[in-house]
Amino acid sequence: MSAPLDSAAKVATGADGDAPLLTATGVTRFYGERIGCEDVSFDLWPGEVLGIVGESGSGKSTLLRCLAGLDRPTSGRIGFRDGSRVTPDIFALDEQRRRALMRTAWGIVHQNPRDGLRMGVSAGGNIGERLIDRGDRHYGNIRVAAVDWLQRVEIDPARIDDRPTQFSGGMQQRLQIARVLVSEPKLVYMDEPTGGLDVSVQARLLDLLRALVRDLGLAAIIVTHDLAVARLLTDRLMVMRRGRVVEEGLTDQVLDDPQHPYTQLLTASVLAA
Amino acid sequence: MQKSVGPPKRDEAYNFAYLDEQTKRMVRRALLKAVAVPGYQVPFGSREMPLARGWGTGGIQVTASVIGPDDTLKVIDQGADDTTNAVSIRRFFARVAGVATTEATGEASIIQTRHRIPEAPLRAGQILVYQVPQPEPLRKLEPKEAETRKMHAWGDYGLMHVRLYEDIARFGRVATTYSYPVLVNGRYVMSPSPIPKFDNPKLGMCAALQLFGAGREKRIYAIPPWTEVKSLDFDDHPFEVQTWDEPCALCGAADSYLDEVITDDKGSRMFVCSDSHYCEERRAAGHVGRLLGSETGQKLTGGAKE
Ligand SMILES: Nc1ncnc2c1ncn2[C@@H]1O[C@H](COP(=O)(O)OP(=O)(O)O)[C@@H](O)[C@H]1O
Ligand SMILES: [Mg+2]
Ligand SMILES: [Zn+2]
Repeated sequence: MSAPLDSAAKVATGADGDAPLLTATGVTRFYGERIGCEDVSFDLWPGEVLGIVGESGSGKSTLLRCLAGLDRPTSGRIGFRDGSRVTPDIFALDEQRRRALMRTAWGIVHQNPRDGLRMGVSAGGNIGERLIDRGDRHYGNIRVAAVDWLQRVEIDPARIDDRPTQFSGGMQQRLQIARVLVSEPKLVYMDEPTGGLDVSVQARLLDLLRALVRDLGLAAIIVTHDLAVARLLTDRLMVMRRGRVVEEGLTDQVLDDPQHPYTQLLTASVLAA
Repeated sequence: MQKSVGPPKRDEAYNFAYLDEQTKRMVRRALLKAVAVPGYQVPFGSREMPLARGWGTGGIQVTASVIGPDDTLKVIDQGADDTTNAVSIRRFFARVAGVATTEATGEASIIQTRHRIPEAPLRAGQILVYQVPQPEPLRKLEPKEAETRKMHAWGDYGLMHVRLYEDIARFGRVATTYSYPVLVNGRYVMSPSPIPKFDNPKLGMCAALQLFGAGREKRIYAIPPWTEVKSLDFDDHPFEVQTWDEPCALCGAADSYLDEVITDDKGSRMFVCSDSHYCEERRAAGHVGRLLGSETGQKLTGGAKE
Protein backbone atom coordinates (compact mmCIF):
# COMPACT_ATOMS: atom_id res chain seq x y z
CA MET A 1 0.00 0.00 0.00
CA SER A 2 2.48 2.61 -1.11
CA ALA A 3 0.94 5.91 -2.03
CA PRO A 4 3.29 7.83 -4.30
CA LEU A 5 5.44 10.11 -2.24
CA ASP A 6 5.17 13.67 -3.39
CA SER A 7 8.68 15.06 -3.30
CA ALA A 8 7.35 18.47 -2.38
CA ALA A 9 5.41 17.11 0.57
CA LYS A 10 7.07 17.49 3.91
CA VAL A 11 5.57 14.29 5.21
CA ALA A 12 7.97 11.41 5.26
CA THR A 13 7.86 7.79 6.32
CA GLY A 14 9.24 6.90 9.70
CA ALA A 15 8.26 5.70 13.12
CA ASP A 16 5.43 7.52 14.85
CA GLY A 17 6.83 10.69 16.32
CA ASP A 18 9.61 11.10 13.78
CA ALA A 19 7.46 12.97 11.33
CA PRO A 20 4.42 15.20 11.36
CA LEU A 21 1.00 13.62 11.35
CA LEU A 22 -0.52 16.46 9.37
CA THR A 23 1.14 18.94 7.04
CA ALA A 24 -0.76 21.96 5.76
CA THR A 25 0.87 23.82 2.89
CA GLY A 26 -0.52 27.14 1.69
CA VAL A 27 -4.12 26.19 2.49
CA THR A 28 -6.42 28.81 0.98
CA ARG A 29 -10.16 28.87 0.58
CA PHE A 30 -12.23 31.58 -1.05
CA TYR A 31 -15.99 32.00 -0.98
CA GLY A 32 -16.35 33.71 -4.33
CA GLU A 33 -14.45 36.94 -3.89
CA ARG A 34 -14.40 36.69 -0.12
CA ILE A 35 -11.45 35.14 1.70
CA GLY A 36 -12.26 32.29 4.06
CA CYS A 37 -8.66 31.49 4.95
CA GLU A 38 -5.45 32.22 3.11
CA ASP A 39 -1.99 30.67 2.80
CA VAL A 40 -1.99 28.68 6.03
CA SER A 41 0.96 26.35 6.50
CA PHE A 42 1.93 24.32 9.56
CA ASP A 43 2.88 20.86 10.79
CA LEU A 44 1.04 18.95 13.47
CA TRP A 45 2.97 16.28 15.33
CA PRO A 46 1.59 13.07 16.79
CA GLY A 47 0.08 13.70 20.22
CA GLU A 48 0.17 17.46 19.80
CA VAL A 49 -2.81 19.66 20.64
CA LEU A 50 -3.06 22.77 18.50
CA GLY A 51 -5.45 25.61 19.19
CA ILE A 52 -6.77 28.00 16.57
CA VAL A 53 -8.01 31.29 18.03
CA GLY A 54 -9.20 34.55 16.57
CA GLU A 55 -12.28 36.71 16.56
CA SER A 56 -15.48 35.67 14.87
CA GLY A 57 -15.13 35.61 11.08
CA SER A 58 -11.33 35.24 11.14
CA GLY A 59 -11.46 31.95 9.21
CA LYS A 60 -11.07 29.36 11.95
CA SER A 61 -13.97 27.14 10.91
CA THR A 62 -13.13 27.47 7.23
CA LEU A 63 -9.59 26.26 7.89
CA LEU A 64 -10.77 23.42 10.11
CA ARG A 65 -13.26 22.18 7.52
CA CYS A 66 -10.49 22.07 4.91
CA LEU A 67 -8.09 20.26 7.22
CA ALA A 68 -10.75 17.72 8.17
CA GLY A 69 -11.50 16.92 4.52
CA LEU A 70 -15.00 18.38 4.61
CA ASP A 71 -14.39 21.27 2.20
CA ARG A 72 -11.91 21.37 -0.66
CA PRO A 73 -9.43 24.26 -0.43
CA THR A 74 -9.20 26.63 -3.40
CA SER A 75 -5.48 25.99 -3.35
CA GLY A 76 -2.88 24.42 -1.11
CA ARG A 77 -2.29 20.89 0.13
CA ILE A 78 -3.13 18.86 3.21
CA GLY A 79 -0.88 15.88 3.78
CA PHE A 80 -1.60 13.13 6.29
CA ARG A 81 0.56 10.33 7.61
CA ASP A 82 -0.91 7.19 9.15
CA GLY A 83 2.06 5.18 10.38
CA SER A 84 4.13 4.50 7.30
CA ARG A 85 1.20 5.21 5.01
CA VAL A 86 1.59 8.67 3.57
CA THR A 87 -1.05 10.69 1.78
CA PRO A 88 0.65 13.75 0.28
CA ASP A 89 -2.68 15.49 -0.33
CA ILE A 90 -5.98 14.21 1.01
CA PHE A 91 -7.84 16.13 -1.71
CA ALA A 92 -5.91 14.32 -4.42
CA LEU A 93 -7.66 11.13 -3.28
CA ASP A 94 -10.98 10.22 -4.81
CA GLU A 95 -13.97 10.94 -2.59
CA GLN A 96 -14.41 7.31 -1.56
CA ARG A 97 -10.85 6.93 -0.27
CA ARG A 98 -10.97 10.30 1.43
CA ARG A 99 -14.18 9.31 3.20
CA ALA A 100 -12.59 6.07 4.32
CA LEU A 101 -9.65 8.01 5.74
CA MET A 102 -11.99 10.47 7.45
CA ARG A 103 -13.76 7.58 9.13
CA THR A 104 -10.70 5.76 10.38
CA ALA A 105 -7.76 8.14 10.74
CA TRP A 106 -9.44 11.15 12.28
CA GLY A 107 -12.69 12.29 13.82
CA ILE A 108 -14.65 15.51 13.93
CA VAL A 109 -16.47 16.88 16.97
CA HIS A 110 -18.98 19.44 15.72
CA GLN A 111 -20.07 22.43 17.75
CA ASN A 112 -23.68 21.37 17.33
CA PRO A 113 -24.08 17.72 18.41
CA ARG A 114 -26.90 17.38 15.87
CA ASP A 115 -24.32 17.69 13.10
CA GLY A 116 -22.28 14.81 14.51
CA LEU A 117 -24.93 12.43 15.83
CA ARG A 118 -27.77 10.44 14.32
CA MET A 119 -30.67 11.72 16.37
CA GLY A 120 -32.95 8.82 15.38
CA VAL A 121 -30.46 6.15 16.45
CA SER A 122 -29.80 5.04 20.04
CA ALA A 123 -26.68 6.13 21.95
CA GLY A 124 -25.24 2.63 21.53
CA GLY A 125 -25.99 2.68 17.80
CA ASN A 126 -24.32 6.07 17.45
CA ILE A 127 -21.14 4.76 19.03
CA GLY A 128 -21.44 1.43 17.22
CA GLU A 129 -21.69 2.97 13.77
CA ARG A 130 -18.02 3.97 13.75
CA LEU A 131 -17.02 0.40 14.63
CA ILE A 132 -19.36 -1.02 12.01
CA ASP A 133 -17.85 1.35 9.43
CA ARG A 134 -14.48 -0.06 10.40
CA GLY A 135 -15.76 -3.56 9.62
CA ASP A 136 -16.78 -4.84 13.08
CA ARG A 137 -19.58 -7.38 12.71
CA HIS A 138 -19.86 -8.73 16.24
CA TYR A 139 -22.87 -7.30 18.07
CA GLY A 140 -21.60 -8.32 21.52
CA ASN A 141 -18.22 -6.65 21.04
CA ILE A 142 -19.84 -3.48 19.72
CA ARG A 143 -22.12 -3.46 22.74
CA VAL A 144 -19.19 -3.85 25.16
CA ALA A 145 -17.28 -1.03 23.45
CA ALA A 146 -20.36 1.21 23.59
CA VAL A 147 -20.82 0.60 27.33
CA ASP A 148 -17.14 1.25 27.93
CA TRP A 149 -17.23 4.53 26.04
CA LEU A 150 -20.42 5.73 27.66
CA GLN A 151 -18.67 5.27 31.00
CA ARG A 152 -15.55 7.04 29.81
CA VAL A 153 -17.56 10.09 28.82
CA GLU A 154 -19.51 9.87 32.07
CA ILE A 155 -22.88 8.82 30.68
CA ASP A 156 -24.80 6.18 32.65
CA PRO A 157 -24.49 2.96 30.59
CA ALA A 158 -28.14 2.29 31.43
CA ARG A 159 -28.92 5.00 28.87
CA ILE A 160 -27.34 2.95 26.04
CA ASP A 161 -30.64 2.33 24.26
CA ASP A 162 -31.96 5.88 24.65
CA ARG A 163 -31.86 8.27 21.73
CA PRO A 164 -29.78 11.46 21.87
CA THR A 165 -33.02 13.46 21.74
CA GLN A 166 -33.59 12.33 25.33
CA PHE A 167 -30.18 13.70 26.39
CA SER A 168 -29.19 17.14 27.68
CA GLY A 169 -26.91 19.32 25.53
CA GLY A 170 -23.84 18.41 27.58
CA MET A 171 -24.63 14.70 27.35
CA GLN A 172 -25.15 14.95 23.59
CA GLN A 173 -21.74 16.56 23.27
CA ARG A 174 -20.14 13.83 25.38
CA LEU A 175 -21.90 11.18 23.30
CA GLN A 176 -20.53 12.80 20.16
CA ILE A 177 -17.04 12.62 21.64
CA ALA A 178 -17.51 8.93 22.49
CA ARG A 179 -18.69 8.25 18.94
CA VAL A 180 -15.59 9.90 17.54
CA LEU A 181 -13.07 8.35 19.92
CA VAL A 182 -14.35 4.76 19.93
CA SER A 183 -12.64 3.98 16.64
CA GLU A 184 -9.29 5.15 18.05
CA PRO A 185 -8.45 7.94 15.62
CA LYS A 186 -4.98 9.47 15.57
CA LEU A 187 -6.36 12.98 15.30
CA VAL A 188 -9.49 14.78 16.42
CA TYR A 189 -10.85 18.06 15.07
CA MET A 190 -13.08 20.12 17.33
CA ASP A 191 -14.89 23.30 16.40
CA GLU A 192 -15.94 25.21 19.52
CA PRO A 193 -16.62 21.96 21.39
CA THR A 194 -17.91 23.74 24.48
CA GLY A 195 -19.80 26.47 22.67
CA GLY A 196 -23.50 26.70 23.42
CA LEU A 197 -23.16 24.95 26.79
CA ASP A 198 -23.68 26.37 30.30
CA VAL A 199 -20.49 27.42 32.04
CA SER A 200 -20.59 24.61 34.62
CA VAL A 201 -21.28 22.03 31.89
CA GLN A 202 -18.42 23.52 29.87
CA ALA A 203 -15.98 23.09 32.75
CA ARG A 204 -16.87 19.43 33.17
CA LEU A 205 -16.54 18.79 29.44
CA LEU A 206 -13.17 20.53 29.35
CA ASP A 207 -11.85 18.38 32.20
CA LEU A 208 -13.08 15.31 30.38
CA LEU A 209 -11.54 16.35 27.06
CA ARG A 210 -8.24 17.14 28.69
CA ALA A 211 -8.08 13.76 30.40
CA LEU A 212 -9.07 11.88 27.26
CA VAL A 213 -6.60 13.66 25.00
CA ARG A 214 -3.82 13.06 27.51
CA ASP A 215 -4.68 9.42 28.23
CA LEU A 216 -5.08 8.47 24.58
CA GLY A 217 -2.07 10.43 23.35
CA LEU A 218 -4.34 11.99 20.74
CA ALA A 219 -3.39 14.78 18.43
CA ALA A 220 -6.09 17.42 18.26
CA ILE A 221 -6.88 20.68 16.53
CA ILE A 222 -9.29 22.76 18.55
CA VAL A 223 -10.97 25.86 17.21
CA THR A 224 -12.16 28.23 19.88
CA HIS A 225 -12.79 31.89 20.42
CA ASP A 226 -12.34 31.32 24.16
CA LEU A 227 -8.74 31.87 25.27
CA ALA A 228 -9.38 30.10 28.58
CA VAL A 229 -10.33 26.96 26.66
CA ALA A 230 -7.20 27.36 24.54
CA ARG A 231 -5.00 27.70 27.61
CA LEU A 232 -6.49 24.67 29.29
CA LEU A 233 -6.39 22.27 26.33
CA THR A 234 -3.69 23.23 23.86
CA ASP A 235 0.09 22.98 23.59
CA ARG A 236 0.47 25.33 20.68
CA LEU A 237 -1.60 28.19 19.36
CA MET A 238 -2.25 29.78 15.99
CA VAL A 239 -3.83 33.22 15.99
CA MET A 240 -5.93 34.05 12.95
CA ARG A 241 -7.08 37.35 11.61
CA ARG A 242 -8.91 37.99 8.35
CA GLY A 243 -8.15 34.50 7.15
CA ARG A 244 -4.42 34.61 7.83
CA VAL A 245 -2.25 33.31 10.66
CA VAL A 246 -0.71 36.35 12.32
CA GLU A 247 1.11 34.64 15.17
CA GLU A 248 1.89 31.14 16.34
CA GLY A 249 3.84 29.54 19.13
CA LEU A 250 3.59 27.67 22.40
CA THR A 251 0.27 28.44 24.02
CA ASP A 252 1.64 29.95 27.23
CA GLN A 253 4.09 32.07 25.29
CA VAL A 254 1.50 33.42 22.91
CA LEU A 255 -0.96 34.19 25.66
CA ASP A 256 1.52 35.61 28.19
CA ASP A 257 3.82 37.43 25.81
CA PRO A 258 1.94 38.16 22.59
CA GLN A 259 4.07 39.68 19.82
CA HIS A 260 1.53 40.68 17.21
CA PRO A 261 -0.54 43.78 18.05
CA TYR A 262 -3.72 41.87 17.14
CA THR A 263 -2.87 39.10 19.61
CA GLN A 264 -2.13 41.74 22.23
CA LEU A 265 -5.60 43.14 21.72
CA LEU A 266 -7.10 39.65 21.86
CA THR A 267 -5.37 38.69 25.08
CA ALA A 268 -6.23 42.03 26.63
CA SER A 269 -9.84 41.11 25.85
CA VAL A 270 -10.24 44.36 24.04
CA LEU A 271 -11.68 42.57 21.04
CA ALA A 272 -15.00 40.90 21.44
CA ALA A 273 -14.09 37.38 20.43
CA MET B 1 -58.57 -27.83 -11.32
CA GLN B 2 -56.85 -27.40 -14.64
CA LYS B 3 -53.09 -27.24 -14.15
CA SER B 4 -51.78 -26.33 -17.57
CA VAL B 5 -53.36 -24.58 -20.50
CA GLY B 6 -51.91 -25.03 -23.96
CA PRO B 7 -51.13 -22.00 -26.10
CA PRO B 8 -54.31 -19.98 -26.74
CA LYS B 9 -54.76 -17.83 -29.81
CA ARG B 10 -52.95 -14.54 -29.55
CA ASP B 11 -54.99 -11.31 -29.84
CA GLU B 12 -53.56 -9.78 -33.02
CA ALA B 13 -54.78 -6.31 -32.08
CA TYR B 14 -51.73 -5.95 -29.88
CA ASN B 15 -48.04 -6.24 -30.59
CA PHE B 16 -46.62 -9.53 -29.31
CA ALA B 17 -46.58 -9.35 -25.46
CA TYR B 18 -48.26 -5.92 -25.62
CA LEU B 19 -45.11 -3.71 -25.56
CA ASP B 20 -43.75 -2.37 -28.84
CA GLU B 21 -40.46 -3.81 -30.04
CA GLN B 22 -38.48 -0.67 -29.29
CA THR B 23 -39.63 -0.60 -25.67
CA LYS B 24 -38.82 -4.28 -25.27
CA ARG B 25 -35.32 -3.68 -26.64
CA MET B 26 -34.86 -0.84 -24.16
CA VAL B 27 -35.96 -3.05 -21.27
CA ARG B 28 -33.70 -5.87 -22.50
CA ARG B 29 -30.72 -3.54 -22.59
CA ALA B 30 -31.42 -2.62 -18.97
CA LEU B 31 -31.77 -6.33 -18.15
CA LEU B 32 -28.42 -7.17 -19.75
CA LYS B 33 -26.76 -4.47 -17.72
CA ALA B 34 -28.51 -5.71 -14.57
CA VAL B 35 -27.30 -9.26 -15.19
CA ALA B 36 -23.77 -8.00 -15.82
CA VAL B 37 -23.72 -6.11 -12.51
CA PRO B 38 -25.60 -8.36 -10.07
CA GLY B 39 -27.69 -6.47 -7.51
CA TYR B 40 -27.16 -3.06 -9.13
CA GLN B 41 -30.33 -1.05 -9.80
CA VAL B 42 -30.48 -0.06 -13.46
CA PRO B 43 -32.82 2.84 -14.32
CA PHE B 44 -35.17 2.21 -17.23
CA GLY B 45 -37.93 4.12 -19.01
CA SER B 46 -40.90 2.44 -17.38
CA ARG B 47 -44.05 2.46 -19.57
CA GLU B 48 -47.70 2.77 -18.75
CA MET B 49 -49.32 -0.64 -18.66
CA PRO B 50 -53.00 -1.55 -18.91
CA LEU B 51 -52.96 -2.40 -15.20
CA ALA B 52 -52.93 -0.07 -12.23
CA ARG B 53 -49.54 0.60 -10.69
CA GLY B 54 -49.02 -1.51 -7.63
CA TRP B 55 -50.27 -4.44 -9.72
CA GLY B 56 -46.76 -5.30 -10.72
CA THR B 57 -46.25 -3.19 -13.82
CA GLY B 58 -42.46 -3.45 -13.37
CA GLY B 59 -42.60 -7.23 -13.32
CA ILE B 60 -45.02 -7.28 -16.26
CA GLN B 61 -42.70 -5.15 -18.40
CA VAL B 62 -39.81 -7.47 -17.61
CA THR B 63 -41.88 -10.54 -18.43
CA ALA B 64 -43.14 -8.91 -21.65
CA SER B 65 -39.55 -8.24 -22.70
CA VAL B 66 -38.20 -11.73 -22.14
CA ILE B 67 -41.19 -13.90 -23.08
CA GLY B 68 -41.36 -15.76 -26.42
CA PRO B 69 -44.16 -17.75 -28.11
CA ASP B 70 -42.74 -21.06 -26.84
CA ASP B 71 -42.62 -20.03 -23.20
CA THR B 72 -44.88 -21.40 -20.51
CA LEU B 73 -45.87 -18.85 -17.90
CA LYS B 74 -46.77 -19.27 -14.25
CA VAL B 75 -47.92 -16.32 -12.14
CA ILE B 76 -48.08 -16.36 -8.35
CA ASP B 77 -49.19 -13.84 -5.80
CA GLN B 78 -48.21 -14.53 -2.18
CA GLY B 79 -47.51 -18.08 -3.31
CA ALA B 80 -50.95 -18.70 -4.81
CA ASP B 81 -51.84 -19.07 -8.50
CA ASP B 82 -55.50 -18.25 -8.07
CA THR B 83 -55.62 -14.73 -6.62
CA THR B 84 -57.18 -11.94 -8.68
CA ASN B 85 -53.79 -10.40 -9.36
CA ALA B 86 -52.19 -13.66 -10.51
CA VAL B 87 -55.15 -14.67 -12.62
CA SER B 88 -55.40 -11.33 -14.42
CA ILE B 89 -51.68 -11.21 -15.24
CA ARG B 90 -51.78 -14.79 -16.52
CA ARG B 91 -54.83 -14.01 -18.68
CA PHE B 92 -53.16 -10.85 -19.93
CA PHE B 93 -50.15 -12.74 -21.29
CA ALA B 94 -52.26 -15.61 -22.63
CA ARG B 95 -54.13 -13.00 -24.66
CA VAL B 96 -51.36 -10.65 -25.82
CA ALA B 97 -48.59 -13.26 -26.24
CA GLY B 98 -50.64 -16.39 -26.88
CA VAL B 99 -48.41 -18.36 -24.53
CA ALA B 100 -49.23 -21.50 -22.61
CA THR B 101 -49.79 -21.02 -18.89
CA THR B 102 -49.41 -23.39 -15.99
CA GLU B 103 -49.64 -23.65 -12.23
CA ALA B 104 -46.89 -26.28 -12.11
CA THR B 105 -43.59 -24.74 -11.03
CA GLY B 106 -41.58 -27.39 -12.82
CA GLU B 107 -43.37 -26.88 -16.15
CA ALA B 108 -43.00 -23.10 -16.27
CA SER B 109 -40.16 -21.46 -18.18
CA ILE B 110 -41.06 -18.03 -16.76
CA ILE B 111 -42.55 -17.48 -13.32
CA GLN B 112 -43.74 -14.01 -12.41
CA THR B 113 -44.09 -13.58 -8.67
CA ARG B 114 -45.21 -11.21 -6.01
CA HIS B 115 -43.96 -11.82 -2.45
CA ARG B 116 -42.77 -15.45 -2.70
CA ILE B 117 -40.21 -17.81 -4.20
CA PRO B 118 -41.68 -21.23 -5.03
CA GLU B 119 -40.78 -24.01 -2.60
CA ALA B 120 -39.71 -26.45 -5.31
CA PRO B 121 -36.10 -25.78 -6.34
CA LEU B 122 -35.87 -23.91 -9.63
CA ARG B 123 -33.82 -25.30 -12.48
CA ALA B 124 -31.45 -23.92 -15.07
CA GLY B 125 -33.25 -22.22 -17.93
CA GLN B 126 -36.11 -20.93 -15.79
CA ILE B 127 -36.59 -17.21 -15.19
CA LEU B 128 -38.13 -15.86 -12.00
CA VAL B 129 -39.54 -12.34 -12.45
CA TYR B 130 -40.25 -10.37 -9.27
CA GLN B 131 -42.70 -7.51 -8.94
CA VAL B 132 -40.96 -4.87 -6.81
CA PRO B 133 -42.74 -1.98 -5.07
CA GLN B 134 -39.62 -0.37 -3.53
CA PRO B 135 -36.25 -1.31 -5.03
CA GLU B 136 -34.06 0.82 -2.75
CA PRO B 137 -33.00 -1.10 0.39
CA LEU B 138 -31.50 2.05 1.93
CA ARG B 139 -34.55 4.27 1.43
CA LYS B 140 -35.89 3.93 4.96
CA LEU B 141 -32.53 5.01 6.37
CA GLU B 142 -31.65 7.66 3.80
CA PRO B 143 -34.47 9.44 1.98
CA LYS B 144 -32.20 11.30 -0.47
CA GLU B 145 -31.64 9.55 -3.79
CA ALA B 146 -28.29 11.33 -4.38
CA GLU B 147 -27.01 9.97 -1.05
CA THR B 148 -28.17 6.37 -1.55
CA ARG B 149 -26.55 6.40 -4.98
CA LYS B 150 -23.23 7.37 -3.39
CA MET B 151 -23.63 4.75 -0.69
CA HIS B 152 -24.08 2.08 -3.36
CA ALA B 153 -21.23 3.42 -5.48
CA TRP B 154 -18.84 3.31 -2.54
CA GLY B 155 -20.17 0.19 -0.88
CA ASP B 156 -20.87 2.43 2.09
CA TYR B 157 -23.34 0.14 3.83
CA GLY B 158 -22.52 0.64 7.53
CA LEU B 159 -25.94 2.19 8.08
CA MET B 160 -27.65 -1.12 7.23
CA HIS B 161 -25.87 -2.79 10.11
CA VAL B 162 -26.73 0.13 12.39
CA ARG B 163 -30.36 -0.69 11.63
CA LEU B 164 -29.79 -4.35 12.49
CA TYR B 165 -27.97 -3.26 15.66
CA GLU B 166 -30.97 -1.14 16.67
CA ASP B 167 -33.31 -4.09 16.15
CA ILE B 168 -31.23 -6.44 18.28
CA ALA B 169 -30.81 -3.79 21.00
CA ARG B 170 -34.55 -3.20 21.13
CA PHE B 171 -36.08 -6.62 20.46
CA GLY B 172 -33.22 -9.01 21.17
CA ARG B 173 -33.21 -10.07 17.52
CA VAL B 174 -33.54 -8.62 14.03
CA ALA B 175 -37.24 -7.82 13.74
CA THR B 176 -37.28 -7.45 9.95
CA THR B 177 -39.21 -10.38 8.44
CA TYR B 178 -39.94 -9.13 4.91
CA SER B 179 -37.68 -7.37 2.37
CA TYR B 180 -34.73 -8.53 4.45
CA PRO B 181 -31.67 -6.92 2.83
CA VAL B 182 -29.04 -9.04 1.12
CA LEU B 183 -25.52 -8.51 -0.21
CA VAL B 184 -25.28 -9.74 -3.80
CA ASN B 185 -22.03 -11.14 -5.16
CA GLY B 186 -20.14 -9.48 -2.28
CA ARG B 187 -20.82 -6.03 -3.72
CA TYR B 188 -24.31 -4.51 -3.83
CA VAL B 189 -26.85 -4.44 -1.04
CA MET B 190 -30.21 -5.30 -2.58
CA SER B 191 -33.84 -5.51 -1.54
CA PRO B 192 -35.21 -8.96 -2.39
CA SER B 193 -38.69 -7.36 -2.74
CA PRO B 194 -41.23 -8.13 -0.01
CA ILE B 195 -40.61 -11.87 0.11
CA PRO B 196 -40.52 -13.36 3.63
CA LYS B 197 -36.97 -13.76 4.88
CA PHE B 198 -37.79 -17.48 4.84
CA ASP B 199 -37.18 -17.28 1.08
CA ASN B 200 -33.84 -15.43 1.32
CA PRO B 201 -31.68 -18.58 1.30
CA LYS B 202 -33.26 -19.54 -2.05
CA LEU B 203 -31.93 -16.34 -3.66
CA GLY B 204 -28.33 -17.47 -3.55
CA MET B 205 -26.73 -20.15 -5.77
CA CYS B 206 -30.03 -20.48 -7.59
CA ALA B 207 -29.98 -22.31 -10.94
CA ALA B 208 -32.58 -19.97 -12.41
CA LEU B 209 -32.14 -16.38 -13.56
CA GLN B 210 -33.84 -13.88 -11.22
CA LEU B 211 -35.05 -10.55 -12.60
CA PHE B 212 -36.57 -7.73 -10.55
CA GLY B 213 -38.78 -5.00 -12.00
CA ALA B 214 -39.98 -1.87 -10.17
CA GLY B 215 -42.44 0.03 -12.37
CA ARG B 216 -43.19 3.08 -10.27
CA GLU B 217 -39.54 3.55 -9.28
CA LYS B 218 -38.33 2.73 -12.81
CA ARG B 219 -35.61 0.31 -11.74
CA ILE B 220 -34.53 -3.13 -12.90
CA TYR B 221 -32.05 -5.41 -11.16
CA ALA B 222 -31.00 -9.03 -11.37
CA ILE B 223 -29.35 -12.02 -9.77
CA PRO B 224 -27.73 -14.22 -12.43
CA PRO B 225 -27.72 -18.01 -11.87
CA TRP B 226 -25.26 -19.35 -9.32
CA THR B 227 -24.60 -15.99 -7.66
CA GLU B 228 -23.68 -15.67 -4.00
CA VAL B 229 -26.37 -13.85 -2.02
CA LYS B 230 -25.87 -13.20 1.68
CA SER B 231 -28.49 -11.96 4.13
CA LEU B 232 -26.95 -9.23 6.29
CA ASP B 233 -26.30 -10.20 9.91
CA PHE B 234 -23.86 -10.06 12.81
CA ASP B 235 -21.37 -12.84 13.55
CA ASP B 236 -22.99 -13.48 16.93
CA HIS B 237 -26.56 -12.96 15.65
CA PRO B 238 -26.54 -15.00 12.44
CA PHE B 239 -29.38 -14.70 9.94
CA GLU B 240 -32.26 -17.04 10.71
CA VAL B 241 -35.48 -17.88 8.88
CA GLN B 242 -38.94 -18.20 10.37
CA THR B 243 -39.94 -21.59 11.76
CA TRP B 244 -43.30 -23.03 12.78
CA ASP B 245 -44.22 -25.32 15.65
CA GLU B 246 -46.39 -27.49 13.43
CA PRO B 247 -46.25 -28.72 9.82
CA CYS B 248 -48.76 -27.81 7.08
CA ALA B 249 -52.21 -28.97 8.20
CA LEU B 250 -53.06 -30.17 4.70
CA CYS B 251 -49.92 -31.80 3.30
CA GLY B 252 -47.76 -32.22 6.40
CA ALA B 253 -44.83 -30.33 4.89
CA ALA B 254 -42.37 -29.19 7.56
CA ASP B 255 -40.06 -27.38 5.13
CA SER B 256 -42.38 -24.82 3.56
CA TYR B 257 -43.52 -21.28 4.38
CA LEU B 258 -46.86 -21.47 6.18
CA ASP B 259 -49.76 -19.03 6.21
CA GLU B 260 -52.06 -18.82 9.17
CA VAL B 261 -55.67 -19.42 8.21
CA ILE B 262 -58.64 -18.70 10.48
CA THR B 263 -61.05 -21.58 9.99
CA ASP B 264 -64.16 -20.52 11.90
CA ASP B 265 -65.65 -17.60 13.75
CA LYS B 266 -64.51 -19.09 17.08
CA GLY B 267 -60.96 -18.17 16.14
CA SER B 268 -59.76 -21.69 15.36
CA ARG B 269 -56.80 -21.60 13.05
CA MET B 270 -54.47 -23.76 11.09
CA PHE B 271 -51.22 -23.37 9.22
CA VAL B 272 -51.05 -24.26 5.55
CA CYS B 273 -48.46 -23.92 2.78
CA SER B 274 -48.41 -20.47 1.20
CA ASP B 275 -47.18 -22.11 -2.04
CA SER B 276 -50.50 -23.61 -3.14
CA HIS B 277 -49.03 -25.63 -5.99
CA TYR B 278 -46.37 -27.18 -3.75
CA CYS B 279 -49.08 -28.20 -1.28
CA GLU B 280 -51.28 -29.71 -3.97
CA GLU B 281 -48.41 -31.67 -5.45
CA ARG B 282 -47.52 -33.11 -2.08
CA ARG B 283 -51.13 -34.12 -1.43
CA ALA B 284 -51.31 -35.70 -4.87
CA ALA B 285 -48.21 -37.68 -3.96
CA GLY B 286 -50.00 -39.02 -0.90
CA HIS B 287 -48.75 -36.75 1.88
CA VAL B 288 -51.42 -36.14 4.45
CA GLY B 289 -51.62 -33.32 6.98
CA ARG B 290 -53.48 -33.27 10.27
CA LEU B 291 -56.65 -31.66 8.88
CA LEU B 292 -56.68 -32.89 5.28
CA GLY B 293 -59.65 -35.21 5.64
CA SER B 294 -61.56 -32.94 8.03
CA GLU B 295 -64.40 -30.63 7.16
CA THR B 296 -62.23 -27.50 7.38
CA GLY B 297 -59.56 -29.14 5.29
CA GLN B 298 -62.10 -30.00 2.59
CA LYS B 299 -63.34 -26.44 2.52
CA LEU B 300 -59.78 -25.24 1.89
CA THR B 301 -58.86 -27.76 -0.74
CA GLY B 302 -62.09 -27.26 -2.63
CA GLY B 303 -63.69 -30.55 -1.75
CA ALA B 304 -62.40 -34.05 -1.26
CA LYS B 305 -59.83 -34.93 -3.86
CA GLU B 306 -59.18 -38.31 -5.30
N1 LIG C 1 -20.41 29.23 3.51
C1 LIG C 1 -19.88 30.45 3.41
N2 LIG C 1 -20.18 31.23 2.34
C2 LIG C 1 -19.66 32.47 2.21
N3 LIG C 1 -18.81 33.01 3.09
C3 LIG C 1 -18.46 32.29 4.17
C4 LIG C 1 -18.99 30.98 4.39
N4 LIG C 1 -18.48 30.50 5.54
C5 LIG C 1 -17.68 31.48 6.03
N5 LIG C 1 -17.66 32.55 5.21
C6 LIG C 1 -16.89 33.77 5.39
O1 LIG C 1 -15.52 33.40 5.55
C7 LIG C 1 -14.92 34.15 6.56
C8 LIG C 1 -14.41 33.23 7.65
O2 LIG C 1 -15.52 32.60 8.29
P1 LIG C 1 -15.37 31.42 9.34
O3 LIG C 1 -14.38 30.48 8.83
O4 LIG C 1 -16.72 30.91 9.66
O5 LIG C 1 -14.77 32.19 10.59
P2 LIG C 1 -14.74 31.81 12.14
O6 LIG C 1 -14.98 30.35 12.26
O7 LIG C 1 -13.39 32.22 12.57
O8 LIG C 1 -15.81 32.60 12.79
C9 LIG C 1 -15.97 35.13 7.05
O9 LIG C 1 -15.83 36.33 6.35
C10 LIG C 1 -17.26 34.47 6.68
O10 LIG C 1 -18.27 35.41 6.47
MG1 LIG D 1 -16.50 29.27 13.45
ZN1 LIG E 1 -48.95 -27.92 2.47
